[in-house]
Amino acid sequence: MRWYIAKRLAMLVPVMLGVSIIAFSLIHLAPGDPARTMLGERATQEQLNEIREKYGLDKPIYVQYGVWLNNILHGDLGRSITTHEDVAKEIGERFPNTMELTIAAMIFAIIVGVFAGIISATKQYSITDYTFMGIALFGISMPVFWLGIMLMMIFGVVLGWLPIGGRIDLLIPFQRVTGFMVVDSIITGNFPALISVLRHLILPAVALGTIPMAMIARVSRSSMLEVLRQDFIRTERAKGLSERIVIYKHAVRSAMVPVVTVIGLNFGLLLAGAILTETVFSWPGIGRLVVNAVYARDYPLVVGCILVFAIAFVIVNLVTDILYTRIDPRIQYE
Amino acid sequence: MESRIITKTQELIKRVRFSKSSKEKKRETKTQEVIRRFKSNKSAVFGLILILVLVFFAIFADVISPNDPTPSPPELEKSLKPGFWSEDGLEGMPLGTDMLGRCILSRILHGARISLSVGFVAVGIAALIGITLGVTAGYYGGWIDSILMRIVDIMFSFPGLLLAIVIVAVIGQGLDKAMIAIGIVYSPQMARIIRGSVLYVRETEYIEAQRAIGSSNWRIVFRHVIPNSMAPIIVYGTLMMATAILDAAALGFLGLGAQPPSPEWGAMLSGSRFYIVSGAWWAATFPGIAIVFAVLGLNLLGDGLRDILDPRLKT
Repeated sequence: MRWYIAKRLAMLVPVMLGVSIIAFSLIHLAPGDPARTMLGERATQEQLNEIREKYGLDKPIYVQYGVWLNNILHGDLGRSITTHEDVAKEIGERFPNTMELTIAAMIFAIIVGVFAGIISATKQYSITDYTFMGIALFGISMPVFWLGIMLMMIFGVVLGWLPIGGRIDLLIPFQRVTGFMVVDSIITGNFPALISVLRHLILPAVALGTIPMAMIARVSRSSMLEVLRQDFIRTERAKGLSERIVIYKHAVRSAMVPVVTVIGLNFGLLLAGAILTETVFSWPGIGRLVVNAVYARDYPLVVGCILVFAIAFVIVNLVTDILYTRIDPRIQYE
Repeated sequence: MESRIITKTQELIKRVRFSKSSKEKKRETKTQEVIRRFKSNKSAVFGLILILVLVFFAIFADVISPNDPTPSPPELEKSLKPGFWSEDGLEGMPLGTDMLGRCILSRILHGARISLSVGFVAVGIAALIGITLGVTAGYYGGWIDSILMRIVDIMFSFPGLLLAIVIVAVIGQGLDKAMIAIGIVYSPQMARIIRGSVLYVRETEYIEAQRAIGSSNWRIVFRHVIPNSMAPIIVYGTLMMATAILDAAALGFLGLGAQPPSPEWGAMLSGSRFYIVSGAWWAATFPGIAIVFAVLGLNLLGDGLRDILDPRLKT
């Protein structure tokens, strides 16, 4: 097991190198002088010379790549052209918001999806089953940004129950500690802030979580149906165990293996979906940051965001793979 | 025990009878079989109907639209009028108007043209790159295979939409570029599917026979390997078209794909979403429903085709 994790980590090296090459070539493929690409149009001659010196832009391309990679590994992602802030700092400020959104969306997707799947399976071909599976089918065909707009319209504009955008009510004083606003408001005991932060979180999380929820519901249903037909379930029923214990204690446990796979696969989709959800709900995360950066042709910022996204994506995939062995002892990695 | 033996025998008799009667029937061709199986798959038929309706809209958009989708100059006095459900609606604007006074129905009908062609072109590009890479990797194997599959792995380490955004950042914004970007993003997936299929076909006896009679590699690949890998290409191509339409709409929504005044569904949503606060719900609702229909139709059709064409599920 330890050997497997080590091997997987070693395999990450070529993948991350490839990702860095793509990110590096982005700056060089962009039309124009790379020094100007990194500094923007209004840069002075001295600044240009300085950046050429720093990144060795007069040297061969592989030397440039080496210098650039060395800087990245030391946490220097350059400066944003538009805000002149450190790219690492800009990303660091927004990344926790994206994490909070995706985690909340995933929690919603798992809880609702798994329950809908279990209920559908135990009541196969009932009206409940058809309703849930109909919703799930629509769920996977819906554009996440449109769903976001619809939720915003119904619960924000028409009913007025929830805020239609942003991260927190701006009138509420807030003290930043970790950057994770839910955690921060709990640590500082700031109760009004916690309520506001959670209220702002609900709609984006539901919008983002609906597609994975639908997929999880479909997979849990079919996996449950398969498990319920197996001998050990019949034995348990014959033993006289109550239906609740049979289903929720024994059947669910063996039905969850394929569900974990779907959850892992969907984390990547969630990261991509976050780009859209953040745009709809004016959410201050890196999804919105990268879109605005592409708009402004702020290449250092684009490159920084891409690297963060790719690292997050790769780590999630690794964690899912490792989790399989914990959940299903039949899977063994050499 | 006895009763089980009897039922087994009965079953055997039944089978013999059945096979006799099926032999008496005219032998059906492969195409006839596929059509018969398709017809019995209700959701696939429903999906196909949805898609055919959209294709009809796309082809005859100019004829059936009540209005010009992009009137210029914009008729601002008609802006954000509701449709048939309201007294305030305008004559000949059944789904209402958007913020620039344009007929939403006409724009959605013309948008079908854009979305379907995006789907076709993007999947076409993905298939072209994917077939080239997949066949090369699968047929030749060895180090070519290893290198190509590592490249595919790297491309898989980006979420699809993000990679498309990256490509757009390099080659610029616009509908044509969005199609290329999505095509490139989907090609690794296509390559993997085709590689798997080629690995299977390569080991079959008829390919061995081709080698034995001295056919060239080119001939084997183009006459035998690719045609025999067609089923997965069609199935996954259909499903990919659904996600291609979603991703193109997403790029349009972000302002990185189709540019205004193009009646692309995603771009329509991007402009009109700000007006839901003032109660103009229709402008942001109907283009989304159009996307759902297109994607749902392709998903149902693709799922159905997979059930029909995948030989592993055949009984």
